[in-house]
Amino acid sequence: MSIPVAEKKEKVSVPFDYNKYLRPNKLPHIWCPGCGHGIVLKAMLRAIDKAGLEKDNIALVSGIGCSSRTPGYVDFNTLHTLHGRALPFATGIKLAKPEMKVIVVTGDGDALAIGGNHFIHACRRNIDLTVLVFTNATYGMTGGQYSPTTPLEAMATTSRYGNIEPPFDTCEMAKASGATFVARGTAYHTIELEKTIHEALTHKGMSVVDIIDACPTYFGRANKFKSATQMMEEIEKDGTVNVKQAANLPPEKLAGKMLRGVLHKVEKPEYCEKYDILIKEKASAKK
Amino acid sequence: MTESAAKKLPRIVVNEKLCKGCSICVDFCPTDVLEMKGSIAAVKNLAACTRCQLCDLRCPDFAIQVFD
Repeated sequence: MSIPVAEKKEKVSVPFDYNKYLRPNKLPHIWCPGCGHGIVLKAMLRAIDKAGLEKDNIALVSGIGCSSRTPGYVDFNTLHTLHGRALPFATGIKLAKPEMKVIVVTGDGDALAIGGNHFIHACRRNIDLTVLVFTNATYGMTGGQYSPTTPLEAMATTSRYGNIEPPFDTCEMAKASGATFVARGTAYHTIELEKTIHEALTHKGMSVVDIIDACPTYFGRANKFKSATQMMEEIEKDGTVNVKQAANLPPEKLAGKMLRGVLHKVEKPEYCEKYDILIKEKASAKK
Repeated sequence: MTESAAKKLPRIVVNEKLCKGCSICVDFCPTDVLEMKGSIAAVKNLAACTRCQLCDLRCPDFAIQVFD
């Protein structure tokens, strides 16, 4: 028997074939030049590929808004639903077909304002959904109104003298509501985001990933950002710290920065499994 | 690595139908390979490309890819 010799691998860069998952005739997408949603979509497709999920076994559900246009461009089972109601539709799909991987793409306004109640109750149930919240801190589709994640004092078309409402922390809210996987990523840290989404996809239970990306057209213009690049560097790169690095940093260096990475991960009984057990128990008791 | 392999240049493909001219690829390229030609990204200095793929990773429009 010959001993297998490890082949010396040469580093060959082969770009990822996005066309495998896209509906190419739908491109170019509607998002503005420099919008972070496209970067997040690409990271999501790479994460799905890495997780080895089959196209026909994925349902991508969205509500209304810029981010919710995502299902139009990808070749999965897709559903574009009512404003804020992506999670109820997704819950229905998951209960009817528990073997299906249901992914919800939603914006910050869609998930936290219009669909705020659905969000906390989906988290509370711990149903096996992967929720990607595209946080661009604005309502881009309707003209740049401030949203539940717009930072204090930030300008928007509906806060001409600066926002006086404190923003939501999506991750803290999901964690407090009972989600078993809570993470944050940014469009700037693409590879890290891909890994985070992959981890969320493989987690059993409600997984929420808050993804910070830039809206150069409305948020950027109202807040005097010169370009999408500047927004990515100042908001996403300088405004966040990886949770592992944060453990070794003094508190004054963490002031005003958001934590990135997997923030909360626990194992708890999943809703569909519990439901299945209950149905089987009751059915056997009747016989 | 042989001499010819060391000089082998990558191939950077910009899809002009998809590029929206946000200049993210140009700004983030660490070796200044790309430039804006009008409102579309173009290759300026291919020899400097290190195949880091940052342009591909951060392009929001599926418009640029680096082939070996």
